[in-house]
Amino acid sequence: MSLVGRDIFYAYSPEKYVLSGVSITVEGGEVLFLLGANGSGKTTLLECLCGVRFPQAGEISVDGLPFSVLSARERAKRIAYVPQFPEAAFAYTVEEMVLFGRAPHVGPFGRPGKKDHEKVEEALSQVGLENLRARPVNTLSGGERRLVLIARGLAQEAPYLLLDEPDAHLDPANQHRVLSVVRALARKGLGVVATTHNPNSALLYGQKVILLRTGKILAEGDPYRVLSPEILREAYGIPFQLLDGAGAKAFIPHVERG
Amino acid sequence: MRALRGRAEHTFWPVGRAGLVLGLCLLPLPILFASLLLGRMGLGARDVWASLFGGAVPETVRALVLRVRLPRLLAAALVGANLAVSGAAFQGIFRNPLVESRILGVSAGAGFGAALAMVLRSGPAGIQILAFAGGLLAAGLAVTLGSAFGGGILVLVLSGVLVSSFFSSLVSLVKYFADPYVQLPGITFWLMGGLSAVRWADILPLAVASAIGLGGLLLLRWRLNLLTLSEAEAQSLGLSVRRLRFLTVALGTLLTAAAVSVSGVVGWVGLIVPHAARALVGPDHLFLIPASAGLGAAVLLLFDNIARTTLPTEIPLDILTGLIGVPVFFLLFMRQIKRGGGWR
Repeated sequence: MSLVGRDIFYAYSPEKYVLSGVSITVEGGEVLFLLGANGSGKTTLLECLCGVRFPQAGEISVDGLPFSVLSARERAKRIAYVPQFPEAAFAYTVEEMVLFGRAPHVGPFGRPGKKDHEKVEEALSQVGLENLRARPVNTLSGGERRLVLIARGLAQEAPYLLLDEPDAHLDPANQHRVLSVVRALARKGLGVVATTHNPNSALLYGQKVILLRTGKILAEGDPYRVLSPEILREAYGIPFQLLDGAGAKAFIPHVERG
Repeated sequence: MRALRGRAEHTFWPVGRAGLVLGLCLLPLPILFASLLLGRMGLGARDVWASLFGGAVPETVRALVLRVRLPRLLAAALVGANLAVSGAAFQGIFRNPLVESRILGVSAGAGFGAALAMVLRSGPAGIQILAFAGGLLAAGLAVTLGSAFGGGILVLVLSGVLVSSFFSSLVSLVKYFADPYVQLPGITFWLMGGLSAVRWADILPLAVASAIGLGGLLLLRWRLNLLTLSEAEAQSLGLSVRRLRFLTVALGTLLTAAAVSVSGVVGWVGLIVPHAARALVGPDHLFLIPASAGLGAAVLLLFDNIARTTLPTEIPLDILTGLIGVPVFFLLFMRQIKRGGGWR
């Protein structure tokens, strides 16, 4: 059981490829982090994997079913997309927002029923937001909003969850709150792909990492083995140093202090 | 069990809110009945009841109630519901709370159609038909232009604005060539909106269009929520965004064009009523759409009562909705700012 993209090419304008021949596999139960500089194609890859963008070449399949045979609705039952921020134009409550995740399970003229509300409750308790269900989403903190969207993904009951920079703009405690929820969900069997700008997130919470540079894979595999000052320098263009101690690794930019 | 207990904690949802929506949907009925009593000739509730449901009542009273007041008030209710629901739907799909039913140029197109019909001397039916056709034409043009340039929300709004001002210029052109003694005042009054000319014959097409438009949007109403998310989010939830957006635009345009073809141009209802409804029942379209329908019908009935009873002559509706609507909107806006922004 896996979500697989093979030789994906994507260009926003003719012949200017943002992704040129990227392949990716994520299995249920693991968290895969996508790393790479701004404009390296992380978000584009994520959007191709959830069917929001159609690659010009390459094939994506989920649990053996190619996207070409799946309707949008069937795809949405298998893959959930969690953007950085909820972009609703109106102040929906947490409960309403999470309920939108039931869309692929509700008929075109239908409305959510009792079972859908139960799924919402389940999702809220999995991310620990039961007590906030009646609050408007736009009154929540950044970390809580991220969790609302993750809960929406869970309500979608999709076995694969794609997250766009789940740790961006959050303080360390909230980064941990969000990413530990993600890790716990993966341990229960979910397959997760997350983009990030922080290599240390991949070290702490990931089983796999893919490092992109200008639309190609620079390195991939176990974050502990793959990530090194040299490869990060190649990816981001500045020197890094490795801090290694007490059983943990971390990377910081190797630049002049002060 | 846990789920049910969890939801019972806040009384506002779901029973309280559903009850509120039901109340708003029924609100037009007592107002409609009360409005039948009002007019140059005041009537007693018993006479009105007898005229409506059979009973001993002078034939002139029955005729007044059934042939003059009832069609007009039904038109007011339908026009109000149409404008409010299409306004709510457009605010949703354009993801912008400042949008209203006229955003795609429907009113301007209808105005052009009506003005043309008056210059061509084609009678009341002709005015209604050409106004309706003009409204559909303008919105169709806006959508076509918008799709030609990518079909995004912003381009659609921009082409709506362009088409609107283009048709406004066409209206001015027709006015310029119109006979200044009969046709020009006719056009001017039509553009200020009013329901004084409404007869049963005007109601049937309005009722059919309203049934299709309101029925369709009521069926789609929970899905409309998804269109207020970003396009990528909506697609990732399995929605064919463009198709649903097109369908919504088509139904909203049908509602607006049908309303405007009967009432002339009536502004603000399609902007303010959805806001008021949102303040009462929240932004979820499952509740917002029916609440807007009831509130819109009630509000336009009230406006029309003011229009036909306060002065010896009728006050054009658009003037009233503007004079009352703008201050109300300002208050809503200020309240929103005080709360620290964030539209509901």
